[in-house]
Parts: sequence; structure tokens; C-alpha cells
Amino acid sequence: MFVHNLRLGATSLRRNVLLTALMIMSIGFGVAASMVTFAVFRAVSGDPIPQKSSRLFVPLVDNRGPQYNRRGEPPSALTYTDAMALMHAHKATHQTMLFPVGLSVMPEDAHRMPFKAAGYATYADFFSMFDVPFQYGSGWSNEQDEGREPVIVISRELNQKLFGGENSVGRRMTLDDRQYRIVGVTDHWDPKPRFYDIFDGRIFADPAQVYIPFTYAIAQRIDTYGNNNCGSDGKRGDSWDSWLQGECVWISPWVELDDAAQVQAYRQFLDGYAREQRAAGRFNWAPNNRLRDVREWLDFQHAVPPESRISLSLALGFLVICLVNTIGLLLAKFMRRAPEIGVRRALGASRADIYRQFLAEAAMVGLAGGALGLVLTAVGMLGLGMVFEPQIARLAHLDASLVLLTLLLAISATVLAAFYPTWRAAQVQPAWQLKSN
Amino acid sequence: MQIKPILSALRRHKAGTFLIALQIALTLAIVCNALFIIHQRVAHLSEPTGIDEPNLFVIQNEWVGTPGTDRVDAMIREDLQVLRQLPGVQDVTTSNSYPLRGGGWDDGIKLKPDQLQDTSGATIYFADEHFIDTLGLKLIAGRNFRADEIGHMDMRYKLAPPTVVVTKALADKLFPAGDAVGKTIYLIGGPTTIVGEVELLQAQSVERWASDFAYRSVIIPERLSMTLGSFYIVRTRPGQQEAVMRAAGKALFAHNPRRVINDEDGVLSFHDVRSRAYESDRGIAILMGVISVVLLAVTAAGIVGLTSFWVGQRRRQIGVRRALGATRRDILKYFMTENLLISCAGVLAGTVLAIAMNLWMVTRFEMHRLSLAYLIGGVVILLLLGQGAVFAPALRASRVPPVEATRSV
Repeated sequence: MFVHNLRLGATSLRRNVLLTALMIMSIGFGVAASMVTFAVFRAVSGDPIPQKSSRLFVPLVDNRGPQYNRRGEPPSALTYTDAMALMHAHKATHQTMLFPVGLSVMPEDAHRMPFKAAGYATYADFFSMFDVPFQYGSGWSNEQDEGREPVIVISRELNQKLFGGENSVGRRMTLDDRQYRIVGVTDHWDPKPRFYDIFDGRIFADPAQVYIPFTYAIAQRIDTYGNNNCGSDGKRGDSWDSWLQGECVWISPWVELDDAAQVQAYRQFLDGYAREQRAAGRFNWAPNNRLRDVREWLDFQHAVPPESRISLSLALGFLVICLVNTIGLLLAKFMRRAPEIGVRRALGASRADIYRQFLAEAAMVGLAGGALGLVLTAVGMLGLGMVFEPQIARLAHLDASLVLLTLLLAISATVLAAFYPTWRAAQVQPAWQLKSN
Repeated sequence: MQIKPILSALRRHKAGTFLIALQIALTLAIVCNALFIIHQRVAHLSEPTGIDEPNLFVIQNEWVGTPGTDRVDAMIREDLQVLRQLPGVQDVTTSNSYPLRGGGWDDGIKLKPDQLQDTSGATIYFADEHFIDTLGLKLIAGRNFRADEIGHMDMRYKLAPPTVVVTKALADKLFPAGDAVGKTIYLIGGPTTIVGEVELLQAQSVERWASDFAYRSVIIPERLSMTLGSFYIVRTRPGQQEAVMRAAGKALFAHNPRRVINDEDGVLSFHDVRSRAYESDRGIAILMGVISVVLLAVTAAGIVGLTSFWVGQRRRQIGVRRALGATRRDILKYFMTENLLISCAGVLAGTVLAIAMNLWMVTRFEMHRLSLAYLIGGVVILLLLGQGAVFAPALRASRVPPVEATRSV
């Protein structure tokens, strides 16, 4: 019976080509517009570390006070002073600090040109906190942090470029005239958006290639390759040492807290720290700290580009219009067959039969619209490069789940749209139709 | 034309009437807002930089190793010399940034030393005596820097040069009377004297956060000699840009190979800088444009489809009217008026919807208020679209012969 209905549907679709074509186009365009924008939205707004996002927190301390901070919010990173205080207090299960570094790699082969490798100066806990996968070796140890050892973790991509992909753990490499010993090679790791370094605005940048100990970087006076936000109060310093002790923020802090009690305890610790600083005369305002987990942090920092939200909302509106259009066209199509329905009803077809037949017909339209939508979505994906930065456009791609979702959306939306016209069709009075004929 | 019979006929097609009106309303709301976004983006991406864009290109030079500030400064000066000697080069300067780059040094400017809040934010451009000429800036008051005034500093030094040149936009903000030259202002490191004023120089970033001080820039007579590297800005003679761009990297590496100039974007013409800076603005404008056109097409298709259905359904009535003496023109007018009535209801609802949608976007995305012109434009477009879409089915209706009245089916 179902197959029969589908066959009836297909026959009917062929009977009025113009209306059918209009419907299919309408659904195809509506679905494609929503899917393309949804793909971008999904790519940029997904949870980059779902298994831990509720346990990783950014602790921020207001070192500027109400006169200089923006709308009461503490700055989005820490000063060196505060970062060190948080590290040494050791109040969380795990904690790390990080800032971006850009180091020149000097190839062993003198004929090859040096190139820049971007990455981070951070602490040992970085790798376990963010579940960084390793191809060879591992991260360094807390002891190596304390010893300020020149060790380095490189990415799979850099290892490929320099060592042809073989296990390079234990080998030495030169960066900016300093010798490092490789302790680990990460597997491909590129969380998007790059939640752990939003402060530097590299949310969609290429993956980091090197990681070195924070303590070694500071000892060697390796400058941040990222932002340095000093505020207006003038305590910036005018040399490396005074800058380090000054009030510029440039370090992204992260702590891992396992449960609500730990979060509560950490908040109290932060407030206690701020009160200490006040007592010591560094702050002259009440504690004004923040502790946000990954999702709250992404949200607060507006990590999702507004373009993708605006276009998602417009595309949804677009889909609604296409559906309204489809309802109208289906209504016209179904009601035109009122006499036919009347005959069928008079010959004993139940309302349920009418429902089944017309919904099956609508599903056929949806399927055809979905197929067109799929083609248009693929074309749209190619065109994404024009609309968004290439780094974002690259993230959105047509995968199996998206294909499935496109078809599913097209069919279910069309069947949904068909309910009202079908209901009207089922209401057709057999007697009245027969009489008027 | 009598409207009453049309209304009573429409009452028999409530669902269809409602669907067309709803579609027109939704389309109006979305098209209005889309056109408005397009306009804003296009206006944004045609803002001037104030520099001689067609003949400028930029080299991002990063140093290898850990040379000190003085050594870096010496190397920068050597590089500038190397670039100046290339054929086709008109002038060369170095800076920490350039307009449309995306980020750089921004700072607060004060009028008094003990002031708490900044009088204005400003973009800080580090420069030498060639900066104004190389970029093609127009000096409208005061003077350019002298060669002996140019110092050099590390990123960490206090920002306290004895003299600065400012843009007119900043001068007007700080000294509305128009007598900025010779006045003292306070940078973070201390007082400085304005010695010149240039007409126009855009900020490094065109993002929303920088729009508060978009054209307010301060030019500092120092080379920012950072180990991290800096930019060389080259102005070529007309038509020679490509050749110079090819030669520049080679000449620099030949002089001193201990440097990194990224293959991908180490050397950028200003044409590329501009298209990179406005990539998403242009993209959004295109996306909105495509959505609007397709949306209008879909709506028109819907009107054609439903009206065709009505015409088909009413063939007998039309035949009766024709038999009773209605002209073809009357029938055409009937369907056109019917559509106009539905469209009017649609645009009325659509106007409310468009404003509501705009208000929502204003609160969510910090957009501007929709201007009335866009609403009126959208209404006119949709009414015309409706009339255009209904024309073909209405024409077909008008061709129904009077004899149709006698047919039974």
C-alpha cells in the first residue's frame, strides 16, 4: 500500500509539472540556505572539548579597579604577578598558564631558509588538562618546569616537515639560537574554536607547532607573540623586568576543578588573594574576580563570529518562507483534485487513506527538494570562501551527517508543511463533489 | 473597480489568501533587513584609508635569533637602504603597522597629566621621516619630522617622544578650536608636542571595537625596533609594483639571510591588504544579496502558483462574468486588484515584522536601526513583485471565453 501511495504520488507530481517544479525549487533553496549557514555555525560554535568543558576554568583577577576596567569586568588575561601567585598557590587539581610564542626554526640543512613556528609557552599540566594526544613521547614534567629546562613538544606537522615523520623524541633542535631537546610529538590537535587562547584573537588560526616551558621562556626573556594589554593606569614598566612586575596583562590562565565544591573553594581562594593584594596596597578596591568554564568563556568572549549568527537567523527565516510557500502550493495542488478525492471517498476510501496518499506525495516532493537542496548546499559550500575568512570556511564541510541532515530536514519540513493541505483534502465531502460534478 | 465583491470572494479562500499575505510579510521583513545590512557593509568597506593605496605594498620582516634593540635598529636602517636602491621604488618607510592590518598598538590620549579617563583612544603608528611621503599622506598644518628627530625604541620603553604628528580627526577631537599644532598632549609616558597635522589616516583595525577612534591616529617619530620584527612599507612608481615586489624579498635575503619573510603573506600589495580586511564584510553583502534575490523569486513563484490555481478553479465564474458583459480588461483588473489587496495586508504585517526583527538584531548584534527608506523601498519592491507575478495568470484568466459559462465541468 505504501509503495502504491508513492507511485500515485509520483504520477500526480508528473501531472502538474509547473507547480511541482516550483515546490521542489522552493524547498531546495530553503534547505540549502539553512544547511550552508548551519554548517558554518556548527563549525564555529561547537564545544571544542566536550568531555571536559565543564571542568576547565579561566580565573581572572581585576588588577585595574573600577576607575580603569571596562564596564566593571576584569581584563581578559593575567599579569605575570597574578599568574605566578595562582601557579604557586596550587589550589586547583591542575593549573597552567600560557602565552603565544613565535620562534624561528633554524633547519640543520644550511640551504634551507629559517621559518617561524608559532606555539605556546606553558606549564606541564597543559597537555593533560586539554587532553592533547601524542604520537611519540609525552609532555614534560613539573620538575622540568621548575628546572627551567629547554625541552620542547612539537606538532606532528612540524615533525613531518623537519624529521620526515619519524620518532624524533630525544633529538635536538635549534630555535632562535637556543637548543631544545624534543620530549614529545603531538598527534594532530586543533580544537576549534581555540578556546584556550581567545585573548590573542587566534581562535581560528592554524594549529600550534611548538610548546616550550613557560619558566624557560621567562628566564630567556622570550617575548609574547600575542597581545599585551596595559590599560590606562600607566603601570607598564619600561624594561623587561619592570614590565614583568607591571600591570600589563598578557597571560591566559587555566585551572581544572573537579566538582562544585572545588569551584566554590577556588572562588574563595581568588577573593582571598584579591583581599591580600588590597591589604598589601596593590589594589584599593573590593575583590572583583571571575571564574568561567569553557562554554561561559566562549560565550563571554563572543568567540562565535556575529556574521555566522546573523546569517543563521536569516537562513532560518528563509526556510520558514519557503515552507509557507510550499504549504500554499501544496494546497493549490491538492484542492485542484477535490473531484478525484470525492470519487475515491465515495468508493469507500477512508480519511486515513487520503492522508496516507497525500502525505506520501508530499514526502516525494520533499525527497526531490532535498536532492536539489543537497546539490545547492554543495555549491554553497564552495562559495563559503567568499563569505567567511578562509580559516572558518575550511571548517565547514559537507560530511555524511550533513548530507543525512539535509535530506531529513527537507523531507520532514515538507511533510510538516503538507499536514494542513492534506487535512483540507481529507475534509472534502464526497456527496458534495459528486453532486456538483 | 468594486472592492467588495473581491473581498467576499477572498473570504472563500481564506487559507490561500492568508498564506500569500504571510509570505509577503515574511519576505518584506527579511529583504528589508538584508538590504539594510548590505548597505551598511558596503558603506563600511568603501571607507577611505587616506593613503596612496595603488602604489603601496608591505613586507612583514621577522628577525631570526635574539639581536638586541640597537642591533635590530641598525639592521632595519640597512634594509631600508637596500629597498630604496631598487629600481622603481619611490620611497620606503618602516612602521609597526599600517591601516587595515587588523591589529597593532592602540593607546589613550589625555589633555592633562593627572587626568583619570582618556580623552580619546588613538591608533599609534611608529614612523620615520619618510612615513608621511611614502604613504602619500597630506600634511595640512605644521610640519613633517626632521631626520634628526627620529629615535628608536623597544616595545617595552615608555611611549614619550618629544614631538608627534596627529590626524585631523584626532586634532578636532582634542582641540575643537582647530589650533592643535603646537599644543601639548599626554601619552602614557608623558607630555609631547603636536608639530603637524595630516588630513586622513585610517586606524589599523576596521573592527567594531576600533570604530570609536577610527580615524584618530598619532604618528610617533621612532622606529619600533623589536626583535619580533616590523613592517617595511614601499611606495613604487606607477605601474612598477609587481616588479618591485618580486625583487624586494630577494634583495633583502641577499643582504642578510637571517630573517623570515613568510611565503604566503610576507609581501602583500595594498590591494590584497584591503580585500583581506574586508573579506567578511564583502562576503556578508554577497550572501545577503543572493538570499534576497532568491527569496523574491520564491515569493513570486508562490504567487504565480496560487493565483494560477484560483484562476483554474474559477474558470466558470469568469465565463459567467464575461457572458454578462465584463470585458477582458475588467477580468485582468479584478485579479490585479485582488493581489494588491492581499499584498497590502502582507506589507502592513511585514512592516511591523521588519521593525521587530531589526530591533532584535540591534539588541543581539549591535546593529544600527533600520532606516525608513529601506522599509519604503522594500514595500514598493514587494507590491511591484506581486503585481508582476500575478500578471501572467490574470492575463490567462482574461482570455477565458464567455462560452465557459455554459460548460458544466
